[in-house]
Amino acid sequence: MLDASGDGYITEDGRKIGGVVMEMRNITLRFGGVVAIKNISFDIREGEIRAIIGPNGAGKSSMLNVISGFYVPQEGEVWFRGEKRPPMKPYEVARQGIARTFQNIALFEGMSVLDNVMTGRLTHMKTGLMAQAIWKGKAEEEETANREVVEKIIDFLEIQHIRKTPVSRLPYGLKKRVELARALAAEPKLLLLDEPMAGMNVEEKEDMSRFILDVNDEFGTTIALIEHDMGVVMDLSDRVVVMDYGKKIGDGTPDEVRNNQEVIDAYLGVAHD
Amino acid sequence: MFYREAGDFKVSYQQDSQTFPIKFDRYRYYFVLVVAFLVIPFFINDYMANALLLPFLIYAIASIGLNILTGYAGQVSLGTGGFMAVGAYAIYKLMTAFPDVNMFILVIVAGLITAVVGVLFGLPSLRIKGFYLAVATLAAQFFLVWLFNRVPWFYNYSASGQISAPEREVFGIIVTGPNASAWATYMFSLIFLTASAIIARNLTRGAVGRSWMAIRDMDIAAEIIGVNPLKAKLTAFAVSSFFVGISGALFFALYLGAVEVGEAFGIQKSFLVLFMVIIGGLGSIFGSFAGAAFLVVLPVALKLVGVDLLGWPTDIVSHLQLVIVGALIILFLVLEPHGLAQLWRVAKEKLRLWPFPY
Repeated sequence: MLDASGDGYITEDGRKIGGVVMEMRNITLRFGGVVAIKNISFDIREGEIRAIIGPNGAGKSSMLNVISGFYVPQEGEVWFRGEKRPPMKPYEVARQGIARTFQNIALFEGMSVLDNVMTGRLTHMKTGLMAQAIWKGKAEEEETANREVVEKIIDFLEIQHIRKTPVSRLPYGLKKRVELARALAAEPKLLLLDEPMAGMNVEEKEDMSRFILDVNDEFGTTIALIEHDMGVVMDLSDRVVVMDYGKKIGDGTPDEVRNNQEVIDAYLGVAHD
Repeated sequence: MFYREAGDFKVSYQQDSQTFPIKFDRYRYYFVLVVAFLVIPFFINDYMANALLLPFLIYAIASIGLNILTGYAGQVSLGTGGFMAVGAYAIYKLMTAFPDVNMFILVIVAGLITAVVGVLFGLPSLRIKGFYLAVATLAAQFFLVWLFNRVPWFYNYSASGQISAPEREVFGIIVTGPNASAWATYMFSLIFLTASAIIARNLTRGAVGRSWMAIRDMDIAAEIIGVNPLKAKLTAFAVSSFFVGISGALFFALYLGAVEVGEAFGIQKSFLVLFMVIIGGLGSIFGSFAGAAFLVVLPVALKLVGVDLLGWPTDIVSHLQLVIVGALIILFLVLEPHGLAQLWRVAKEKLRLWPFPY
């Protein structure tokens, strides 16, 4: 069992997990008559890798969209870093320090890899229109300072060689990596990954897993991810939330979840007699 | 052979993000600037200025403006003619109201007024996209032309309903009115074009440009990454209209001299500038120049070849001119939808490897 005191716990591999970063309290989300999320509560702690799993249509992506501000839940509260978050636009959520990637890659196809990753720094760039029109001076300094951060991330994710390539020319696996780079460039306090390994082969999945673990290790980034590959989820994550038909049916360490009867039923089905 | 990066090392990020990273390009750019500012003014004559250079310079400013809105920010606009009219009427009212103020300042103020009008008509872009936005801007086009036709205050209650540019000088040199010399109008427009191009380039390579392109390529992802769509779209409308307004002001004050709004700034003007942007290349400052040059120079070149070289009758040549330009536009869009700028990029990539194919 977890050492679940108020200020965190120690993982199996000895990493220290901090206090609660994000807390969802009794979230309910409806689309007309369809209830996508039913009264779900869970928390995400500082420095941990938190997975959200569940069969198709369980409401995982809706949950991520609630966190990133796309959907406003009808009931329940979202607490971020000790404060209750009022309903806000996605770009305001981004400014609070939440970055995400998408299930279907959502890169800016007309721009180079470098520009895509630099776009991730927009929340950190403050110079006004006039300063940028003049360029020399403030705008250039800011650009250079942010470029240095971006180059570190580009090095980290090993995409130096495609820096200037238009994104539309890249293969799928690299695009996924560029999208991760773009999200990381924001230096997020919470990183949301929506199926980071969808459609990848084994090597690409291994690469991606390595990057996710490295990101968590190196930058101490808190990560919440949705993934269908159970092997990956069980290996990567510290704690897992299991959803089914919009309800939470399990929450705990991978081992606890694996042995949870309700989870087994949800995935394998139940015999009706 | 001479066109390559080998040996041209970048040691700082400033050097890497400059406008012309390749040495040869940079020197060519300086060369063009020197020729444009120090050579052409001494050889210019009225025909060259009025048939080629002035329309090229002024349309290039308008194309840069529209390219920022349509090419970079992805918001289709058919209101360019209307916004040019705003610039023209703004400079007319300013010139008559403040005869002693420097023309440079007046043109910039005319641009700013157009920017405000542009933002106003850009508001629908927050809710509608694509074709529907195009129709909304079309409404701007018709409304603005109607407004300038119907409200006498805009043309100072003149009997003809036309506006005509009074004579004004900059630092003792006449730039508007019938007595302006060709080189003066040329230099005045050239200064504005150069400044516009540099500003446009600076904006598009930095954070603002990236937020525009992000909105263009995928607005949902842009928002999730921290781009405020309201701000990005409205700044695009403002900056774009600013340039379009300047070009409208110059078009009226320096090039035409007298304007009847429906004729000079009608819907055909909107389409002309849109063609320039599409043929030149969406999302490219160089493309704005190339497109403006293509549509200004081609008719003149065809006329020169037809009338002066082959000795055909003028009316046949002018009809042929329409046919050929139209056919070329279609051919071009079929063969290279990304415009002249893309052709230029491909040529540059080939040049870098030349004489080797790979």
